[in-house]
Amino acid sequence: MSGVLQLRGVSKTYLDGADEVHALREVDLAVEAGKMVAVMGPSGSGKSTLLTIAGALETPTSGDVLVAGHPLSTMSRDDRARLRRRAIGYVFQDFNLLPGLTAAENVALPLELDGVSAGKARATGLRALDELGLAERAARFPDQLSGGERQRVAIARAVVGDRRLLLADEPTGALDSENGEAVMRMILAACKHGVAAVIVTHDAQLASWADRVLFIRDGRVVDRTAPRRGPDSLLAEETA
Amino acid sequence: MSVRHALLALLSEGPKYGLQLREEFEARTGEVWPLNVGQVYSTLQRLERDGLVESDDDADPGPQKGFRITAGGADELAGWLRTPPDLASPPRDELVIKVLVAVRLPGVDVHEVIQAHRRYIVELMQQWTRLKDEEGDLDLGLALVVDAELYRLDSVVQWLDTADGRLKRAALEPPAPARAAAPLIRRRAGVRR
Ligand SMILES: Nc1ncnc2c1ncn2[C@@H]1O[C@H](COP(=O)(O)OP(=O)(O)OP(=O)(O)O)[C@@H](O)[C@H]1O
Ligand SMILES: [Mg+2]
Repeated sequence: MSGVLQLRGVSKTYLDGADEVHALREVDLAVEAGKMVAVMGPSGSGKSTLLTIAGALETPTSGDVLVAGHPLSTMSRDDRARLRRRAIGYVFQDFNLLPGLTAAENVALPLELDGVSAGKARATGLRALDELGLAERAARFPDQLSGGERQRVAIARAVVGDRRLLLADEPTGALDSENGEAVMRMILAACKHGVAAVIVTHDAQLASWADRVLFIRDGRVVDRTAPRRGPDSLLAEETA
Repeated sequence: MSVRHALLALLSEGPKYGLQLREEFEARTGEVWPLNVGQVYSTLQRLERDGLVESDDDADPGPQKGFRITAGGADELAGWLRTPPDLASPPRDELVIKVLVAVRLPGVDVHEVIQAHRRYIVELMQQWTRLKDEEGDLDLGLALVVDAELYRLDSVVQWLDTADGRLKRAALEPPAPARAAAPLIRRRAGVRR
């Protein structure tokens, strides 16, 4: 099937001393190529946990995760690492830029690690930065950038290359509305090229860019939006 | 929406025909607020009666009759633009009322009620956002209207989220003795009117 990401009955329980924290309970999710799914929920509801498990950064306590049809649980560590590097773009809630590299080097790094020539990786990275209005910041180090600029560098790093799955944790948290919209348009453009995306957020304006919105509460998916209707229905609703 | 002032605004650009006024009104509001013909002509008649516009008095009333704004009309328009709309008294918001009722009603899960509204509003927001996506370069008027709608709906979701959290916390605390806060709000709103 064309499901790029599948979660089947995924649960995650953390141990906090003697207490069990049920961060996720029996979550099912399937994201097809070209689709954007948003996950909304209050703080502590399990959004980041869901994303780290989908991104092979953590293993579930029970349940299965499949990326491009391959179950992560049966992969070797090396294979999982390769999958993460090649196929998955990840935007962390706290950006995770490498402080010793410039903005452009941060963006180009995953491409270079993957064997793309330095020159080509740099050109691709610069193009992504330019699209987010950061061409002039390319040579700066993360600590010379504003919070919103750092966030956009992290987005650029996640979308470059031939990623099939894009996972973003609050990708516009530090951005004003104009830059937030630029970021969402960039993610949407990636989806139109066949990337599957999961965006975690508690911002409804951000979530409204998605094809489907999942609502999560206490680790459980409690509701989801109906398939999107076209905008025609809005303008047809005449004020009689 | 004040049709009266919208028409004055269009006429302040220069004399126009009735039909033209209707078409331009719809174009400028991104066709989100359709207007019927009758509304345009009856409003024009009242504006003329009040001396805010003048017409070619010999022409028949109808689509071909031309209108001009008067000096009084221009003053009226300038005053209206700068007069804040009444935002001081809380509107009777049906959604707020539904949640308030759900809190008190036995056998009703208020969080489920809140979620039903949250989902519906997010679905509406998806439709508005899709308009931004599909139209690429939105007409400026429509783009402004879409932004306004998205922020309005977003603020409702934020209120629902806040209410959800507040109710969750309240359920964990012993109930406080009921205090009448409502008269205070009513009195305050009364003063501002
Ligand atoms: N390593 C951990 N050890 C113990 N508990 C954890 C751990 N990581 C997360 N949790 C708990 O799991 C629950 C879900 O956390 P998670 O980070 O997924 O929430 P979130 O929805 O992303 O919240 P936010 O909107 O604040 O980022 C929380 O109760 C959190 O305290
Ligand atoms: Mg989080």
